[in-house]
Amino acid sequence: MAEFLLLFRRGDVATMQQSPEAMQAHMQKWMQWMGGLQQEGKFVSGQPLTQAGKQITGNKKVVTDGPFMEGKEYVCGYLMIKATDLNEATELSKGCPILEFDDGKVEVREIQEIKM
Amino acid sequence: MQNNSNINKLTDHLFRHEAGKMVSILTKIFGTQNLETAEDVVQQTFIDAINVWKIKGVPDNPSAWLFRVAKNKAIDVIRRNKHSVQYDFTDDERILLTSEYTLATTMENLFKEELVKDDLLRMMFACCHPQISQENQITIILKTLCGFSTTEIAKAFLTGEDTVSKRLYRTKEFFREQKIKLQIPSVDELKTRTNSVLNSIYLLFNEGYSSTNSDKHIRQELIDEAMMLCKLLSENKHTQLPEVYAMMALMCFHSARSESRMTEEGEIILLPDQDRNKWNFDLIAEGNRYMDIASFGNEVSSYHIEAAIAFEHCIAKTFEQTNWKQILNLYDWLCKTSPSPITELNKAVAVMQVHGADKALQAIQQFSDRKKLESFYLYHALLGEIYSRLQQATNATKHFETAISLTQSESEKKILKVKILNLLN
Repeated sequence: MAEFLLLFRRGDVATMQQSPEAMQAHMQKWMQWMGGLQQEGKFVSGQPLTQAGKQITGNKKVVTDGPFMEGKEYVCGYLMIKATDLNEATELSKGCPILEFDDGKVEVREIQEIKM
Repeated sequence: MQNNSNINKLTDHLFRHEAGKMVSILTKIFGTQNLETAEDVVQQTFIDAINVWKIKGVPDNPSAWLFRVAKNKAIDVIRRNKHSVQYDFTDDERILLTSEYTLATTMENLFKEELVKDDLLRMMFACCHPQISQENQITIILKTLCGFSTTEIAKAFLTGEDTVSKRLYRTKEFFREQKIKLQIPSVDELKTRTNSVLNSIYLLFNEGYSSTNSDKHIRQELIDEAMMLCKLLSENKHTQLPEVYAMMALMCFHSARSESRMTEEGEIILLPDQDRNKWNFDLIAEGNRYMDIASFGNEVSSYHIEAAIAFEHCIAKTFEQTNWKQILNLYDWLCKTSPSPITELNKAVAVMQVHGADKALQAIQQFSDRKKLESFYLYHALLGEIYSRLQQATNATKHFETAISLTQSESEKKILKVKILNLLN
């Protein structure tokens, strides 16, 4: 069993500001998806992220303000999960509620073991 | 602005009825090792209630308000202690409390109303863990499930608050060390574990029913709480055992008569002098219904027999019409299936009614462990009664006097003193 980082990206910030009811309904979907992962013993951890942030670059440690729009996308959350391989992790990621939005993206990355 | 004393009265009432549920839910969340966290959240919630309601008025649904505030406080506790190892959420769905994506929704689910009864039941099984002593079991039950204060528990058991605090501390220590899981015991353990819960419920009930405590209010609360807890067992499909229903029946039959056992001033009225019109016939009928359900299965528990004895008293229209022969048969049976000095003693009362005082005296003299009864006031009260029926005033007085020195109940002392006076006349 390997570990994977799922990075969630969104473009349009405005659609995140929904009505409380819509928000609750949307969070129910996260509950269902993550609850499913938990029941299969595949959930490790994960958090949503605020839009505020800083970026520090290079040995000069240049600080710039976030969010870090690159092609209108910013990271809005992450999850660590367990899966047998990248394919399974990708399949599991298809249930992510971020994909209900047209501009929602899940980036699936395997945790690398550094062998020295 | 609401009247402050009304608000205090309301929150006292709500604490008694909702705190047990809230603690059970919160202990499900934080684990038994963090029972104190759960209690703190409940405490804080009620402090908020008093402060907010005094200013803003009492909400339409005060209970719902309390649960909502407790839920939000639980969320705060989790957020505050994110990096502490204190909360072990790794083993089940509670792991979803560690992610902001699912924290609020999971908390919402854990607080669902339809789960509360099961939460209470699981908490009850944890409180009655076989490794917790009997007296510690009923103490923690009263504290966590029944919303009793340390002072009230001390009052109920006629003991000091220090003793109560020590008992609570020991049980919490046990929870902390053993990390007892909140669960309904597995099938092979269920019967013995349920029986130890029943035993505690029975002790609780007796504490309320017996006249050692003169505080009428506390006694009625103990009876109500015992019946509420037993009802929980009778309503859960896993714990619907015949002895659970038998216990329900027994408590109905006993409490149906509780009103007539005392004067308004809290003085005991003996069975022959009780006004049987004051008996609660609805409760007797309810007891009958439980008795009917209790009769499934092949097993007859001691509670079945005790309920049958109580039933005989309930159906006798007058004291003289009491079917003592049947009661004696039942005591014979009870002495065989679950022998105890107290049962022997109760049987001797039935022997006295059926065969007379001399036979009762013989029966007592044959008791195997009379030593154990020597310090028991009822033993001496009965011997006093027997000797007075045998016209042996000196012996009778001696035993009544010993009985007086052994009971703490003023009301019982008074009755015994009257008996001594009657001997002199």
